Amino acid sequence: MRYLPLTATDRQAMLAAIGVPSIDALFADVPKAARLDDLVDLPRAQGELEVERALGAMAAKNLVAGAVPSFIGAGVYRHHVPASVDHLIQRGEFLTSYTPYQPEVAQGTLQMLFEFQTQIALLTGMEVANASMYDGATSCAEAVMMANRLTRRKKAVLAGNLHPHYRDTTRTYARFVGFETVLADPDPSERQDLAALVDRETSCVVVQNPGFFGAVRDHTPLAAACHAAGALLVVVVTEAMSLASIEPPGAMGADIVAGEGQSFGNALNFGGPHLGLFASREKYVRQMPGRLAGETVDVDGKRGWVLTLSTREQHIRREKATSNICTNSELCALAASIHLALLGEAGLQRLGALNHAKAVQLADRLAAVPGISVVNDTFFNEFTVKLPRPAASVVEDLARRKILGGVPVSRLYPGRAELANLLVVAATETNTEDEIAAFGAALQEAIR
Amino acid sequence: MTVKYTKDHEWVRIEGATAMVGISDYAQTQLGDVVYVEVPEVGRKLEQGKEAAVVESVKAASEVYAPISGEVTAVNADLAGEPGRVNADPMGEGWFFRMTIAKPKELEALMDEAQYKAYVEGLG
Repeated sequence: MRYLPLTATDRQAMLAAIGVPSIDALFADVPKAARLDDLVDLPRAQGELEVERALGAMAAKNLVAGAVPSFIGAGVYRHHVPASVDHLIQRGEFLTSYTPYQPEVAQGTLQMLFEFQTQIALLTGMEVANASMYDGATSCAEAVMMANRLTRRKKAVLAGNLHPHYRDTTRTYARFVGFETVLADPDPSERQDLAALVDRETSCVVVQNPGFFGAVRDHTPLAAACHAAGALLVVVVTEAMSLASIEPPGAMGADIVAGEGQSFGNALNFGGPHLGLFASREKYVRQMPGRLAGETVDVDGKRGWVLTLSTREQHIRREKATSNICTNSELCALAASIHLALLGEAGLQRLGALNHAKAVQLADRLAAVPGISVVNDTFFNEFTVKLPRPAASVVEDLARRKILGGVPVSRLYPGRAELANLLVVAATETNTEDEIAAFGAALQEAIR
Repeated sequence: MTVKYTKDHEWVRIEGATAMVGISDYAQTQLGDVVYVEVPEVGRKLEQGKEAAVVESVKAASEVYAPISGEVTAVNADLAGEPGRVNADPMGEGWFFRMTIAKPKELEALMDEAQYKAYVEGLG
């Protein structure tokens, strides 16, 4: 096939066929203010060196998380990714991989997915995990839809400690798929009585652990209350590293675990691509979305892998499929799997303990600043502090002092005066004692 | 003992006040090896023509529709462990569920054995 651009005549014929006068008319729905009428004012041509210099100067205006002390978490966490992870995922066999459409010819890929699933199932305390979803937020929405199918109900209770992005993503699905969401108030105490919101129409309660404000809670009683009402419990985990240290959702009676796995093997990646985790009980596997790699034997009795239970998927079941996801975050899952394998169980536990120790250090340092109090009674590597003035301006001030001082709650809950002074801060193994001391000192200055 | 068939290849056998439901021999041949059957829960109210069960084979997943309206009174629990019964004995041990007959008139429009045989032959 020859690849030639369209002629003016071709264009006219196509426009005539669809009945519009010009190409510009196709953009009529875009508000005028958002449209460019002309080219951006740029030089016609410039040498590579000049372009690099100009873009480099622009990039230097950023405050890069890896270059300054960063205490930003709230759903994305900076962890040390061993160099060997990047080296291994860039092997040609892996880097070009994609969820295979002729899966059985890619045994290595399927084995990797199987190992990944096993790791996630072990970490979450669940019986079965899929080959990953797009990210934690879409995973959360999919968990709610799965609960709706299983219970034949259409009302999900979203806890006030659920990450607002996860809440919003779930509500977007709700709007177009057609289910109801009951939103609990934002809950910095993370002690909300969610069972009181459950009735006979409730398909599930979605609660986060550790919560958006950082608290670690035992959701066993909530699971029991859900089950008594015929509803399911969905536990969301945005900091997968916490699973190294705290009771997994599976042990608390969760029916579905939806999470974000970026913390394992993946950088901040500007907020994506990330790694959606999805795990559930074996009895619910046929209502689970996404791809699933399974272990089997070939005709000679030798171990092999397949994509299994594909009848749940769109390419076989069309509109009755469990989900419209036909893929997974393969390379991110690979990075996570390799990172976990390199750490091993003991290494992962030590890393989890180190994260918590750093956060305790940070909490002690910040609590020592006059006028600041730590809101949490429990936490893993992230917690909320209350400042004497709005957190958004304090964070700006800290940025001028070259410190990324966490996420103001007002950024995710705009317009709520009672939350304006709250700041969510995280500490990981990447934060040094010097950084923690510098943060404490800078914060003291900033709130003066 | 009357057996009636639907155009979607379900059979319904009237046994007194209740009816037994399954899929036809033609249906199981078309599906191939059945690997999973999702039966409705006892007590669920079914409406004629609406989804009642799901049958999965190695090559497809299909909905099984309620041949008549009524309430599910029993399900074939053996299918969970041995879905192959649907292939081996679709009209017998491979039955799906038992239900009440809410609207006896609905049965009249269904096909009898001879009509169904002709219908299937017509499908080529």
